Amino acid sequence: MFHIYCPYCEEHREEEEFHPKGQAHIARPADPDACSDAEWGDYLFFRDNPRGIHHELWVHAVGCRKFFNITRHTVTYEILETYRMGEQPTITAESLAREEKADKVQVADGGQQTVGASDAALASMKGAQA
Amino acid sequence: MSQSSSQPNRLAQGGQVDRSRELTFTFNGKRYVGHPGDTLASALLANGVDIVNRSFKYSRPRGIVAAGAEEPNAVVQLGASEAAQVPNVRATQQALYQGLEARSTNGWPNVQRDLMASVGKLGGSFMPPGFYYKTFMAPASMWMTYEKYIRKSAGLGRSPAESDPDIYDHLNQHCDVLVIGAGPAGLTAALTAARSGARVILCDEQERLGGSLLDSRELLDDAPASQWAQAVIDELAAMEDVTLLPRTTANGYHDHNFVTLHERRTEHLADVAPRVDGRRQSRSRLHRVRAAQVVLATGAHERPLVYANNDVPGNLLAGAVSTYVRRYGVAPGQKLVLTTSNDHGYRAALDWQEAGREVVAIVDARDNPDGELVEQARAAGIRLITGSAVIEAKGDKRVSGARVARIDIDGFQVVGKVEELACDTIASSGGYSPVIHLSSHTGTRPVWREDILGFVPGKVKGLTPAGGAQGIYALDEVLEDGVAAGNRAAEAAGFTAARLELPRAVARRESPAVALYQVPHEKPTLRAPKQFVDLQNDVTAAGIEVATREGFESIEHVKRYTAMGFGTDQGKLGNINGMAIAARCLGQTIPETGTTVFRPNYTPVTFGAIVGRHCRELFDPERYTALHQWHVEHGAEFEDVGQWKRPWYFPRTVNGKKESMHDAVARECLAVRQGVGILDASTLGKIDIQGPDAREFLGRVYTNKWAKLAPGRVRYGLMCKDDGMLMDDGTTSCLGDNHFLMTTTTGGAAGVLEWLELWHQTEWPELQVYFDSVTDHWATMTVTGPEARKLMAEVTDIDLDKEAFKFMDWREGTVAGVPARVFRISFTGELAYEINVQANYAMHVWKTLFAHGEKYDLTPYGTETMHVLRAEKGLIIVGQDTDGSVTPEDLNMYWAIGYDKPFPWIGKRALSRPDTRRIDRKQLVGLRPHDPKVVLEEGAQIVFDPEQAIPMTMVGHVTSSYYSPVLDSGFALAVVKGGHHRMGETVYLPMADGKVHAAEIVSTVFVDPKGERQNV
Amino acid sequence: MSDVRLFDSRPTAEVEAESPLVLSQLDERARRAPASPGVTLRERAFLGHLILRGGAIVLDEAVRQVLGVSLPARPGALVLDESGERSIQWLSPDEWLVIVPDGEAFSLEQRLRDALGDAHFAIVDVSGGQTVVELSGPMAREVLMKSTPYDVHPRHFPAGKGVTTTFAKATAILRRPDEGRWELVLRRSFADYCYRWLVDAGEEYGLAVSTGD
Repeated sequence: MFHIYCPYCEEHREEEEFHPKGQAHIARPADPDACSDAEWGDYLFFRDNPRGIHHELWVHAVGCRKFFNITRHTVTYEILETYRMGEQPTITAESLAREEKADKVQVADGGQQTVGASDAALASMKGAQA
Repeated sequence: MSQSSSQPNRLAQGGQVDRSRELTFTFNGKRYVGHPGDTLASALLANGVDIVNRSFKYSRPRGIVAAGAEEPNAVVQLGASEAAQVPNVRATQQALYQGLEARSTNGWPNVQRDLMASVGKLGGSFMPPGFYYKTFMAPASMWMTYEKYIRKSAGLGRSPAESDPDIYDHLNQHCDVLVIGAGPAGLTAALTAARSGARVILCDEQERLGGSLLDSRELLDDAPASQWAQAVIDELAAMEDVTLLPRTTANGYHDHNFVTLHERRTEHLADVAPRVDGRRQSRSRLHRVRAAQVVLATGAHERPLVYANNDVPGNLLAGAVSTYVRRYGVAPGQKLVLTTSNDHGYRAALDWQEAGREVVAIVDARDNPDGELVEQARAAGIRLITGSAVIEAKGDKRVSGARVARIDIDGFQVVGKVEELACDTIASSGGYSPVIHLSSHTGTRPVWREDILGFVPGKVKGLTPAGGAQGIYALDEVLEDGVAAGNRAAEAAGFTAARLELPRAVARRESPAVALYQVPHEKPTLRAPKQFVDLQNDVTAAGIEVATREGFESIEHVKRYTAMGFGTDQGKLGNINGMAIAARCLGQTIPETGTTVFRPNYTPVTFGAIVGRHCRELFDPERYTALHQWHVEHGAEFEDVGQWKRPWYFPRTVNGKKESMHDAVARECLAVRQGVGILDASTLGKIDIQGPDAREFLGRVYTNKWAKLAPGRVRYGLMCKDDGMLMDDGTTSCLGDNHFLMTTTTGGAAGVLEWLELWHQTEWPELQVYFDSVTDHWATMTVTGPEARKLMAEVTDIDLDKEAFKFMDWREGTVAGVPARVFRISFTGELAYEINVQANYAMHVWKTLFAHGEKYDLTPYGTETMHVLRAEKGLIIVGQDTDGSVTPEDLNMYWAIGYDKPFPWIGKRALSRPDTRRIDRKQLVGLRPHDPKVVLEEGAQIVFDPEQAIPMTMVGHVTSSYYSPVLDSGFALAVVKGGHHRMGETVYLPMADGKVHAAEIVSTVFVDPKGERQNV
Repeated sequence: MSDVRLFDSRPTAEVEAESPLVLSQLDERARRAPASPGVTLRERAFLGHLILRGGAIVLDEAVRQVLGVSLPARPGALVLDESGERSIQWLSPDEWLVIVPDGEAFSLEQRLRDALGDAHFAIVDVSGGQTVVELSGPMAREVLMKSTPYDVHPRHFPAGKGVTTTFAKATAILRRPDEGRWELVLRRSFADYCYRWLVDAGEEYGLAVSTGD
């Protein structure tokens, strides 16, 4: 049972008030007809499954009915931040890796910090919203 | 004294039981006497009951070993009546009450004489680990038969065969600091946190708060420790924001400090909860606690030593011996031998001797122990045998002696001569294992600490372990650690640290403990008498050795192969010894070997507590429309649609005989086709949409066009996901240029609203539009049939002229004096008026319609008739005729697809994928069975060639099928590969009973193909 | 916004109305109330319920002008007018619930629409779709603890707060208009279930149903 901070209600609520809606920052291509079938298939069906940092879309279904994003560690289940629609995460797999490098601490497990919505992935997102 | 004669092991004095009162109870049908303050275990021991169960696999006699949750053997079945049966109760945790009835869960036909015991006695070679897997594996079909007997002889307790007379509930709790365990660390942590101002919950699984202080030999401020504990409890009890929960086990530690506590509210009173002021109270309560911070003060479990025949009744944990003597005034024997690897165990011998019983010897594995407790034992004149251990217990149904020898721990061998000591009780102490189960529930791996020879909790966010739970055992240090933990937790929860004056505790000099997990025997492990590691699951040291030899190297595999730490036991006593033995066999260290994962629940929780009040009529919400009462009064049979109760059909009773469903539905269908019927359609989802971009938004989420829908008009729309598959349908009415009322399917209401919000909030926030559910605000009744206009004319001021109020128009006015919106939409194919009125006034409108409708024989109809009528018209039900793999094109609904709309609406792109362009997709068609009497089975598979050998090529299935009273024939909707191009072809439906039905592919519209009847 | 169709769903004629709790037979329970109840339930039926959508800045002035109270812009805030009969509650960053006495909803909507002019907003009448059940008494909080995972401790849930949350297996708006009362705003179709749940949860404390004021 997660305890989730709703960035709109500005307090923690129980998981049963929320619905998970999958990976965050999946923008619908602005011109679907310009997509190849493969690109369209990627948009529709293909999602990351990282061991480590993941950015997820949730909705406060029993509450303010607002969608927002969660940065969550898929191993510890720790929620590192929640942020409103249209905002970008302040914590990513890369930012954590940079921090750990700066602290001269090795990342616990090389395989753990795989790419969720990594900086690079966010930058290259087609039609990503500000 | 008469009491002591009836309770041979009850001491004349001492303990905290009330000797002035007697409680009678039965165990395996035999009557005994105990006292208030006893547990079932202490009362059984007081009465000299040695054997409480037969063991799981070898069926060996077993007695009580421990005094708390870690008890592996004394797991009993409770309850005087059939309805009150509770399995899996630890006798050590069950308070005694007058009239308690308990039975052994193992042992068939009884614990004294057991059929399986002969098998168990034959020795390990007959039942190696994996015995059941290996022996009963083949043939696979026989496993069910074997299992029945294995289970019967294993006896895992049984559930009651009658309905539980008790009620249970849940309480949602929140606190700043949850302290689990009310021993010395927990009490100081709770008091410190509470004084800082934090909201505190303190729970403990025992009958009373106080933990080890309840029977400690230690003094605090020169008084018995229990006095200081009581003072702390009193202070806590007086604080407003402190909740004290004795008899409450923290059973599961879940994500983000969500902890489930199982409070046994009346289990200590009776086997059925007594009423209070005539009112029921819950027997058990599950507290669902969300804690900002958790202090884990669960203490430690003493580890037994693993020596030969260490399972014979009379072998107890040293600490348990102390507890029975000091807390319950029970000495479970006469002559004690203590075997220990540490100083703490010595207390048992001192307590035993002070109770006036004989200590035969203390056998210490260490060569030169010299701690304070050791000196006390020496001063008390107790014989001390050092560098040695009990290597084997003698006796069958009760310990009769202990074989003692000098041992070489590092060399894992017996060195020197074996001496046999006569005794009836062997207490053993192999040191302590911190109780880390709860922290492990979170998935965190515990950390091995060589200095304390135990695992301590791994890091968990918001968790602070305290005292014994992190390997601190000296009382003065435990108290200090509790204060530190309480303050750390309170500060982390935003409070300022508080001060707590600690009582004076004597710091004792200790000699270091020695690591001893398996005591060597003269014979090698595989040939020595059984040395039990996990008593509950009958896992021996030899079993673990065999497992490692057979190649099971991961501790998780060893666990599964041997069953070590399985089930309700969760490895409380045995896990560390077992891992250490596996490590030795594998030539590894303990941290290299690691631990298995402890899982919730810590001890068994009754299903009642898990279910709480979510049962019987409160199991799931029943949603009612505003007209529900009328439906009930008029004999409706109801159908569950989601959580809604909808009238299914309205059987009439004629001449005392209730109409069959078939007859009722046929009558209702004909009423609508020939006269007028009425349906309660209030359950349809309704969404009010306002804003300048409302129309644009509709165009994006529906497949069809909305640009030109004028106020006063209604349109049917299809909603797809972006994969092109239909997800919902319904009509949407233009109320004003910037104002629409969308209807959804009954089941789709919440999902569609969330879907609209998803797109608005994540993709198109620039569109100015708001969506609000008005499903419950409006009651909806459909008046339909050729006579509908006449009836409506009697109750409404709306101009019903067919030119003024056309098909797919809506108008507003009053119906039965109530403001109403009326929609000319039809799900029956007949002339239809769908009336929306505010739900508070719906019953008045409904009854007025019936008052006027009598002369037209206005017939209420339910969902079944609705289904038949719509299917006759080829109108789909999303979720019945579609399944998430059906596009609007598959439904032949090209007319509802706006290919040339400017915005790339949701689902459009997918319609040009190669897969959605295939001509052999399953397409919706009508089926007319060759035999009109046949009503095809919904879900029946369709083939083109009935002669083909099995497996046949399946080309589709029936989605809807009914008998049509108008056609006097069965008819169906189905999806068939390439069906749209196969009109007139015959398909076949081979059924399970061997029959093969033939049916013709026809149009989906069976009645009024031109749609003239609804358009009058 | 002139392109929205206003509709007064409340009849002017004398028409019998039924609250969502008509099935629950409140009157019968009221006759069987215990002597010193730990919790008392009372339905506040047939009130006017409006959902107000829009930006806080857009709505604030109109609300002050028409209702005489400021729009509660803080999440979870609930304000009442001086009489205590009218309230407005924050539901989401662009959504508020206004509850007013029976018969006031439509004129209130008209006046708000007039005050708001051409701004982007929405007002939706949901009076028929929900009802208010009031809880009072010393054990009211414990009844709520049995029913909702939301923290109802006074430190966390002071008077003047309201939230939408789960209630048993349904949902409800839970609010605390003053120290002595809790209000549940229940959806019509779930009201009977929630009511039965409350009656069951309150049994051990002695539960009274009040049908008067």
